[in-house]
Amino acid sequence: MSDQTISTAQTESQRQAFARQRAAIDASARWPVLGFFTGSVVWLLVGTGLALLASIKLHSPEFLDGPSWLTFGRIRPAHLNTVAYGWASQAGIGVTLWSMARLSRTELRYPRLLMFAVLLWNIGMLVGTIGILAGEGTSIEWLEFPAFAPPFFALAFAIVTVSTMVTFSNRREPHVYVTQWYLIGAVFWFPWLYTAANLLVIYASVSGVSQASINWWYAHNVLGLWMTPIGVGSTYYLLPKVLGRPIYSYQLSLLGFWSLALFYNWAGVHHLIGGPLPAWLITLSIVGSVMMLIPVITVAINHHMTVLGSFRQLRYSPTLRFIVFGAMSYSAVSIQGSLQSLRTINEVTHFTHYTVAHAHMGAYAFFTMIMFGSIYYIVPRLTGWEWAAGGLISFHFWSTSVGVLVYFIALTFGGWYQGLDLNRADVPFMTIVRNTLPYLQVRSWAGILMAAGHLAFAALFVMNLLHIGKQRSGPTLFFDRPDAATLTVIGDASGRTV
Amino acid sequence: MNQGPTIFLGVFLTFASAWLGLVVAPYVQFEAQRSQNAAKVDAPPETPMEGLAAQGRQVYRANGCVYCHSQQIRPENFGSDIARGWGPRRTVAQDYVGERPVMLGTMRTGPDLANIGTRQTSAAWHHLHLYNSRITSPGSIMPRFTFLYEQRKVVGQRSSAALTFPPEWDVKPGYEVVPTNEAKALVAYLLAMDRSRPLEEPGP
Repeated sequence: MSDQTISTAQTESQRQAFARQRAAIDASARWPVLGFFTGSVVWLLVGTGLALLASIKLHSPEFLDGPSWLTFGRIRPAHLNTVAYGWASQAGIGVTLWSMARLSRTELRYPRLLMFAVLLWNIGMLVGTIGILAGEGTSIEWLEFPAFAPPFFALAFAIVTVSTMVTFSNRREPHVYVTQWYLIGAVFWFPWLYTAANLLVIYASVSGVSQASINWWYAHNVLGLWMTPIGVGSTYYLLPKVLGRPIYSYQLSLLGFWSLALFYNWAGVHHLIGGPLPAWLITLSIVGSVMMLIPVITVAINHHMTVLGSFRQLRYSPTLRFIVFGAMSYSAVSIQGSLQSLRTINEVTHFTHYTVAHAHMGAYAFFTMIMFGSIYYIVPRLTGWEWAAGGLISFHFWSTSVGVLVYFIALTFGGWYQGLDLNRADVPFMTIVRNTLPYLQVRSWAGILMAAGHLAFAALFVMNLLHIGKQRSGPTLFFDRPDAATLTVIGDASGRTV
Repeated sequence: MNQGPTIFLGVFLTFASAWLGLVVAPYVQFEAQRSQNAAKVDAPPETPMEGLAAQGRQVYRANGCVYCHSQQIRPENFGSDIARGWGPRRTVAQDYVGERPVMLGTMRTGPDLANIGTRQTSAAWHHLHLYNSRITSPGSIMPRFTFLYEQRKVVGQRSSAALTFPPEWDVKPGYEVVPTNEAKALVAYLLAMDRSRPLEEPGP
């Protein structure tokens, strides 16, 4: 008996043990993660409807007007809060819980309590959204939910954080992977941020411009310390998973994580450049924003070098295509953000649709696309059922990616011209309003395209939950691969052990 | 980096540093400034808006006016806020003392309103503009706030509060449009908006 036979035999039994372990982890995560994902898909559709309504009202103000709850000033914050907390956050929590359990190689802890958190979260969403539409919104951006909603989220967050941390501290895998650093950051930062901001702004009701600085410290950190670590963390996990090769550099991972932790915190007050706040405060935020170039470029190099040489796989894997699109958008939007925080550029872009384009590049082209890719990867492992139709996934990808790019380009140019004109006192205000209309109309068309993609995604999700479609032996891809026979199936995603 | 506590400590310290810098430090600075101001004999009153105008602020908040209108004037050499006649000087922290919520705004789909009370002093104009901004400002994309008004049959004499429309915009004969209390409060708030008081010293 040769040594080689023994080692192969061990590997084979090890492989089976790992496969059983993964199946047990997926079973433990099934209901809470699917619960959060289901909530996220529902609120994505609600938020999309509100988005279209708000977008159309901005160029056709008498479209569906009349009742107070349909006025633009209520629909717009309702849109932001449903997509930020209903869609993005619930999708992010689902991804966090599953990734943390898998990477810690242990079952997800407190699944029943997490189901309760799903319930709390969605009750909070419902009462908060109705509150905004009923005129109880706070008009404090990103914190619009009226005072009766935040306790639901705070409690649900506490459950998510405890479950994630207890799962992590019971880990069987001694190596702590880079994704886990980001997820620990996210589940610790965000509940603190959310609770502190709500206590100060909504309950203690700090007044005057202090409120504005707390507001933007919070609002920018929703993107920076909540969506970004989950989005970047998920990319770090799924790129190597799908490609079957390790991350390019551990050192770059370290640098990227710690520089993000250090600088992103400080960026928020750049939303108040030119405003009635002390110059030192705003300058500090500009410095933080520019320093963000370090983590962004570091992570971009690390991800790019990991994918380099495997770009042809984008042709086949839905997950990879969404994730790579998201990761590229992350680099683009972050570099744009650093530039936009400079006073000379901000003088033009502040108060215009340029900022709205930028926000959608971040929350959508980056974060939402990565969540789509992650959900395409995770859900089949929880339901034991592959996606019904590669063609529908392809439609989802093209409608959302083309849609958000058209959206971005239209509002970036529209906003830039709007800003230049606003800064010329001889251009009458109404001329500026008239000049932005075509860009706003293009934005509505782009939104319709994105909405069509969301409907396809929701249909796929429901079909997967109900096990509709033909049973497949391997993952649903865009095209049949020549080497399809060697591809791995559910529960043995990439042959890698993490 | 395989130690949970190391990660946790780093995550805690980075977050706490910015919390101290962006939240606590400005708060301390503003409070210090406020008590200095209060010590002056000719200090401006702390809560300039009371009564109907204060109620109007809540109507402004409830209907999300802040999503299209800012309430801040940038300095002279930064943008054209002053050149556009939106205010005589930049606004400073003192201009917002006691405001809850403070609605500085981040969007100018519509013009800035920091000093709208000094710029557009007619209540009748504001009512027409809120009822349908296309009446007073052709080309405007502002929503109609018709839900803040009541259209009713004239019984006996026309109400003195009823809106007076230009002929081509008039409602059907025998009817009149009167502002609700919410509309009156909102207009009182807009008329009270004035951040043009001269400053003794340059603000922060």
